[in-house]
Amino acid sequence: MGTFVLQRLLQSIGVLLAVSLVVFLAVYAIGDPVELLVSQEATELERDRMIQILGLDRPIWEQYLTFLGNALRGDLGQSFVHGEPAIQLIVSRMPATFELVFFALLLACLVGIPLGLVAGLHSDSRTSRIIMTGSILGYSLPNFWKGMMLILLLSVWVHWLPTSGRGETVTVLGVPLSFLTLDGIRHLVMPVLNLSIPNMALMTRLTASGAAEARLQDYVRFARAKGVRPQGIVRRHILRNILIPIVTVVGVEFGQLIAFSTITETVFAWPGMGKLLITSIYRLDRPVVVAYIMMITFLFVIINLTVDLIYAALDPRVKLMERAS
Amino acid sequence: MSRPERPVDPMFVPPLVKTPRRSFNLQRLKRRPSMRSAVIALAVVIAAGLLLPLLAPQDPYDLNSFSVMDNRLPPGERSMDGLTFWLGTDSQGRDMVSAILFGLRVSLLVGLTATAIALTIGVTVGLFAVNFGGKIDALLMRLVDFILGFPSILVALVLLAVMGRGVDKVVFAIVAVQWAIYARIMRAAALVERRKEYVEAAQNLGYSNGRIMFRHLLPNSIGAVLVVATIQVAHAITLEATLSFLGVGVPVTRPSLGLLVANGFEFLLSGEYWISVFPGLALVVLIFSLNLVGDRMRRAFEARRA
Repeated sequence: MGTFVLQRLLQSIGVLLAVSLVVFLAVYAIGDPVELLVSQEATELERDRMIQILGLDRPIWEQYLTFLGNALRGDLGQSFVHGEPAIQLIVSRMPATFELVFFALLLACLVGIPLGLVAGLHSDSRTSRIIMTGSILGYSLPNFWKGMMLILLLSVWVHWLPTSGRGETVTVLGVPLSFLTLDGIRHLVMPVLNLSIPNMALMTRLTASGAAEARLQDYVRFARAKGVRPQGIVRRHILRNILIPIVTVVGVEFGQLIAFSTITETVFAWPGMGKLLITSIYRLDRPVVVAYIMMITFLFVIINLTVDLIYAALDPRVKLMERAS
Repeated sequence: MSRPERPVDPMFVPPLVKTPRRSFNLQRLKRRPSMRSAVIALAVVIAAGLLLPLLAPQDPYDLNSFSVMDNRLPPGERSMDGLTFWLGTDSQGRDMVSAILFGLRVSLLVGLTATAIALTIGVTVGLFAVNFGGKIDALLMRLVDFILGFPSILVALVLLAVMGRGVDKVVFAIVAVQWAIYARIMRAAALVERRKEYVEAAQNLGYSNGRIMFRHLLPNSIGAVLVVATIQVAHAITLEATLSFLGVGVPVTRPSLGLLVANGFEFLLSGEYWISVFPGLALVVLIFSLNLVGDRMRRAFEARRA
């Protein structure tokens, strides 16, 4: 286990270095870095000053080391548009995104796992077929269009829910949260639902295939022979065994949802980091885009690492694979 | 491999434990009503996208063929010169039926081209990884893991943010994120095939590596890749639509379905729903039927192998 963790840690650092190099080359070496990093409205004097500050007159490997050093100290440049450090800007948008992602995942599990159990335990029934085909539909609806249809249905036609923004927030430990006020919840409903539907479909399918398999295993037959009641079998034997892949997928999906929240946040004007990325791309606010790429890579490296470790902890086969190789 | 292979796309990847299933052959598959309707829907949509632009009432790329006077007419209204807009018009007075047919063509073109290129690259990489093994294999698969470790939408978004919009650039971005999936599947399938006796026989006959790779391994393991390809076309089309919706995809001059939906976004709140609803519906029919056919094909394929 120790070597496994160490190995994965080293790999993660390698990934971060690789991405930083690619981003660095894309921004500094291929394009004209002055044009990319200095605002178009800058005067000649400001340009020269920036070239000096950024060290663009020095050799490229030295520039990369400076970039890396600054990045390690948490400095990825200033936003042109907002005039504050790019990292600070992104961090300030994180709570909104995480709130959305958390509730979307929660909803996906609450709806998807029971639906999947129903479909998997009676896999030959009509209900099961409807659920499974429905899950493909849920997965096929393009995120942005589905969001717009929700707005059309629930805001434009019946005026139930607001179309955009976070609504009233309550600040807990310095973090603004929407779900603690009624207005905030009303703003949360549609974005969360929109983000959650493909995920519900995924949870449903995963649980269904797991349950359909587990149902035929020997331990289920033994439990039945022992006289355990059906609910007990489902809860204690089937559900517990299919939770391993589900936990892993929840981890992976956490990252996926952060990526997909970019679309949902754009449709519902939700002030998270995904919306920030899109507006920064529009406004050519490159330091923010660069900082976003580096931060999201960091986030994904951590997520992937955690998922692998959980996987290794839950599934003894991984350790065996280590020993064999 | 230090890491257990996590599913590429958990949505459509077989479970880890194999158990006997009901047999599921192609003949029975064809008779399933859902399958039949999905295949028909798919055929209709693809035919419409490829052929009907020739018959479309208007050429949406030709500014002279429509008039801004007809802008934002609801479905069923008539134009000044007597043309009926069955699905309404957009903000520039374009007939939505024509716009959708042309948009469908762009979406299909991008999706199919990107899939074809990504599949070719992925299959080649997978074959080379199996053939050369060792360090090259490990290196290639690390690269694949690295790419698949990030959500495709994010990678494509960032690539296009750097490159700018354009049909070729969207195709490039989709290929960049999708080849890795084919490479992984191809490698897994070819690894299984290589252990079989006919490969050993071919080696003993003194056939060259290249010949064994392309004449023996390729045709025998391509099935697994092709089954996944149907669903990957759906992914590619969704990806293109999403990128275009976000404003980094195809250029405004060649709107795909995703861009048409985006164009209608600003009019949605005032109730002019048809500008974004109908292109989106076309997109959903296309993606849903592709996914449905792909899912059934995968199940049939698995049942046949088991």
